Amino acid sequence: MSPQVLIDGIIAGSTIGLGAIGLTLTYAILRFANFTHGDFLAWGAYMTLTVSGFLGGLLAGLGIGDPLGPFSFGWGLPLSLLAGMALTVLLTLGLDKVLFGRLRRRGADAIIIVMASFGASMALRSLLEFIFTANPAYFTRELQIAQKIGMGMRATPDQMLTVGLTAVLVIVLHVFVTRSSTGRAMRAVSENPGLAGVYGLDVQKVIRVTWIIGAGLACFAGVMSGLLVQIRPYMGFDLLLPLFAAAILGGIGSIPGAMLGGLIIGLAEAVTVQVVGAEWRAGVAFVVLVLVLILRPSGLFGRRV
Amino acid sequence: MSLLRVRDFSAGYETDLPIVKHVDMDISQGEAVCILGPNGAGKSTLIKAIAGQVRCLGGSVYLADDDITHAPSHALARRGLGFVPQTENIFTQMTIRENMQIAAELLPKARRAGQMQRLFDMFPDLKARPNTLAGALSGGQRQMLAAARALLTEPEVLILDEPSAGLSPKLVGQVFETLRQIRAAGVTLVLVEQNVRAALDLTERALVLVDGRLAHDGPTGALRDGKLLGELFLGSRHAEEEV
Repeated sequence: MSPQVLIDGIIAGSTIGLGAIGLTLTYAILRFANFTHGDFLAWGAYMTLTVSGFLGGLLAGLGIGDPLGPFSFGWGLPLSLLAGMALTVLLTLGLDKVLFGRLRRRGADAIIIVMASFGASMALRSLLEFIFTANPAYFTRELQIAQKIGMGMRATPDQMLTVGLTAVLVIVLHVFVTRSSTGRAMRAVSENPGLAGVYGLDVQKVIRVTWIIGAGLACFAGVMSGLLVQIRPYMGFDLLLPLFAAAILGGIGSIPGAMLGGLIIGLAEAVTVQVVGAEWRAGVAFVVLVLVLILRPSGLFGRRV
Repeated sequence: MSLLRVRDFSAGYETDLPIVKHVDMDISQGEAVCILGPNGAGKSTLIKAIAGQVRCLGGSVYLADDDITHAPSHALARRGLGFVPQTENIFTQMTIRENMQIAAELLPKARRAGQMQRLFDMFPDLKARPNTLAGALSGGQRQMLAAARALLTEPEVLILDEPSAGLSPKLVGQVFETLRQIRAAGVTLVLVEQNVRAALDLTERALVLVDGRLAHDGPTGALRDGKLLGELFLGSRHAEEEV
């Protein structure tokens, strides 16, 4: 087996892990499996692409639109990513206000909220397809040559950047949740929302913060996935099973667990592609999910947040 | 003037099924009051509803001059109403210090460290191991942490729901020692408790709730011999005769 499997798995796992962190946070705080999370990835990528279209032309006009160093994109993409994240946050907060928040206030059962998220997911996906068509889109048409990174492995600068940024984000987020007062509040609401109120924590505010973090991460993961592969309306839906598998494998509520779960799923997919065949890639996450649910339902780090 | 005023208050889990029915009560500043009654009388529901944990179906609650009837629990905590639930009253997956830190967020930043230190001094058992997971504490220590957390914000009134429930006699003694300390500090206290003798010893006024209605309101001395209490619990004395 080629050592390239390792870096391929880590690159795929980075995107899956980032998406899974958002999913696991939402589950731990709001207590439902959010099927729209995959669509937040896709919407984040498309909204970033849209802003990038405007901004790219503007920056090119100012003569600063060239690619940055070894990467395939210029300043337009990072700036557009920030705008895309803000827009994805607005989308999730809006969806919570008109749909999930209303159901919560009515005391709806978790299964009702899950079904609502399933319906919203289909609506969001169809809307994307309607607006942008089903044709794939790209952040950049620049070609990148994979470079040697040692031990017989190769990766493009964009891929290395994705892995590096993911590592930084996960560490920052872990420190935020374990050390900051907002993070403590999130852990408290995750453990017992009723008691959190008694302690004086505004649970609705914590829920909003959770949506903001989840949406930001989803957008980032969507843009990284779009940068390395392509953007399609179904990109989030296709990632949904690996996201759930990673979140459950890591232990619902655990940020390091979700990242580790994402890396394991990514590596398992890469090994499968090389050993069995690319057509079996999509089945790997399903097999891992079933095995975890049977053997260790609490996952690797079975604690909340 | 009363610090906590409850007027014609009804509460319950279902709109058409009130558990607490038309209760009136007044708690004065610095007073310690226990709420007694047979199982299912609605004692816990009454204080949970005052603390914003159970739906209010009618009537009103005032803290000083503020109408807090439908205020959410986090707003009540900020307003000065401390509540310690009977069970699940601490975050077990967080350390003792983290439990205290969350509560301390309600205080101005400059006062947080000093106030935490004061509470740790008050409860040396907690001070000895602040980084221990709260879930690893004994039942008595959990109640201690729950009380310390509630006291940290210096509430105007502290409401406790059966703090000795489910504890061994030794731990019950520990919990009531903690409550005596709180009492000595002059905190206004409302206590729901099944351990009638200990509750009467700790407080100066008792309210007896029977079938969701207030059946007695008077000094604890009147209930100490157990005769009146027995009659109230068994229902041979009616609310109209006593209140």
